Amino acid sequence: MKKTVFAGFGGQGVLMMGYVFAVAAMRDGREVTYLPSYGAEMRGGTANCTVVVSDEEIFSPVASSPDCAVIMNKPSLLRYENLMKQGAVMFLNSSVIDRTPVRDDLHDVHIPANDIARKLGSDRVTNMIMLGAFVAKTRLTSLESIMNGLQENVKGKSGTVMKLNRKALDMGADYVLKGTAS
Amino acid sequence: MMEIDNATFIQAESEIAAINMVLGASMAGARAMTSSSSPGISLKQEGISFLAAQELPAVIVNCMRGGPGLGNIAPSQGDYFQATRGGGHGDYRSIVLAPATGQELADFTARAFDLADRYRSPVVLLIDGMMGQMMEPVIPPDFVNVADIPYKNWILDGARDRPSRIIKSLILDPAKEEEHNWKLYRKYENITKELQITEAYQVDDARLVVMAYGTAARIAKGAIKRVREIGLKVGLLRPLTLWPFPARAVEDASRFVKEFLVFEMNTGQMVEDVRLALKHRSEVHFYGRPGGVVSTPDEIAKVITSLYYRLHLEEEQ
Repeated sequence: MKKTVFAGFGGQGVLMMGYVFAVAAMRDGREVTYLPSYGAEMRGGTANCTVVVSDEEIFSPVASSPDCAVIMNKPSLLRYENLMKQGAVMFLNSSVIDRTPVRDDLHDVHIPANDIARKLGSDRVTNMIMLGAFVAKTRLTSLESIMNGLQENVKGKSGTVMKLNRKALDMGADYVLKGTAS
Repeated sequence: MMEIDNATFIQAESEIAAINMVLGASMAGARAMTSSSSPGISLKQEGISFLAAQELPAVIVNCMRGGPGLGNIAPSQGDYFQATRGGGHGDYRSIVLAPATGQELADFTARAFDLADRYRSPVVLLIDGMMGQMMEPVIPPDFVNVADIPYKNWILDGARDRPSRIIKSLILDPAKEEEHNWKLYRKYENITKELQITEAYQVDDARLVVMAYGTAARIAKGAIKRVREIGLKVGLLRPLTLWPFPARAVEDASRFVKEFLVFEMNTGQMVEDVRLALKHRSEVHFYGRPGGVVSTPDEIAKVITSLYYRLHLEEEQ
């Protein structure tokens, strides 16, 4: 059972990332729960969601100590660092996060997601770059499943948009596997 | 908004309006439902009392949140008393179902309509903010063709060529109202006999049985899985109907289990029904987290473990 938190500012596509990942894992045939944050913080502040993926029945959709975190901004790093499970992996958007976790029992993976997105000409795919990196490293699902999940959720989007998303996923994956975003 | 053939979605101007729209639709023979979270349900109670009085089927979803008052919007189970004791004024009950997963939410909603029609009674789906927020994979139940639902011979659908029907709750003559109360009572007796549903998990060899419903039951199940790994004989008895309360299953379990732990996301409500059902045959312990706090399976595993050793259950053979 793996519990992952996706967190950042509202508008960074944080909930979209978690939702697409959850749908992908569901289509892979795994047990899944998706729990978005909801409350006053929805309006302009931080956004986060928790996705649990498991081969067994899931009891609690809440991650009190997550195995993984995809962190889009600095406040979210401060918020989640102390909660992480020992040995957990934190994927950090290093374009806007200028520090590393203080804890030395965590793995941190730095992805300059906004910079890579700019190369692609669209800040809007920053989340897909992070998601590509996350999937490539954790192998909790495949990039193909993510694309299928995306297709289900953005019905009516043009082929160009889907190609851009695919490119963003690949570049995120390449960055963590090969160290370059080509 | 989801699109379903032959279904109408109406945004009501208030809770009172919503529940009375349901009442009117039900009177005219339609299958109708409404939903809200705790304070909104308080506002709907008047209408629910009228539904019960006039024996009108309806489905009401209460997605419980922290209270009393405005409270918060975090998951809670604080409305157990309100739901299972009727809630509104007068001498009545509502059938109360307690799903715990996305799949059960879908299945129980469909089932709730069938039960409402069969017993001509409001049916409450009592869930909490966790289930309201969470998404899970669901295989949707088959849609029932409206034409296949048997004609209800009491509805107000125009009295051309037949004697008129009257549906009302004003019964000024106490003797007639008493008669009506006993009629409802007999119906509730019947429901209590026919509709007690539980799910048992690892209860057969248990020395301690945990009782919980909804989200609390999911968390308790996770906790039990953990303590079973270290050899503690603990099981879960999960009520799927809260009213009627599954007293028979509790009574059966008490023949071989002497210790019960009730876990609720409140300060202790269902525990009263467990005590009533046990009639002091077994000990009842309680652990509660009210106010919107969601326990982790680890926390409940610690509660179970400490209780288990405090009672020396490991020594029993």
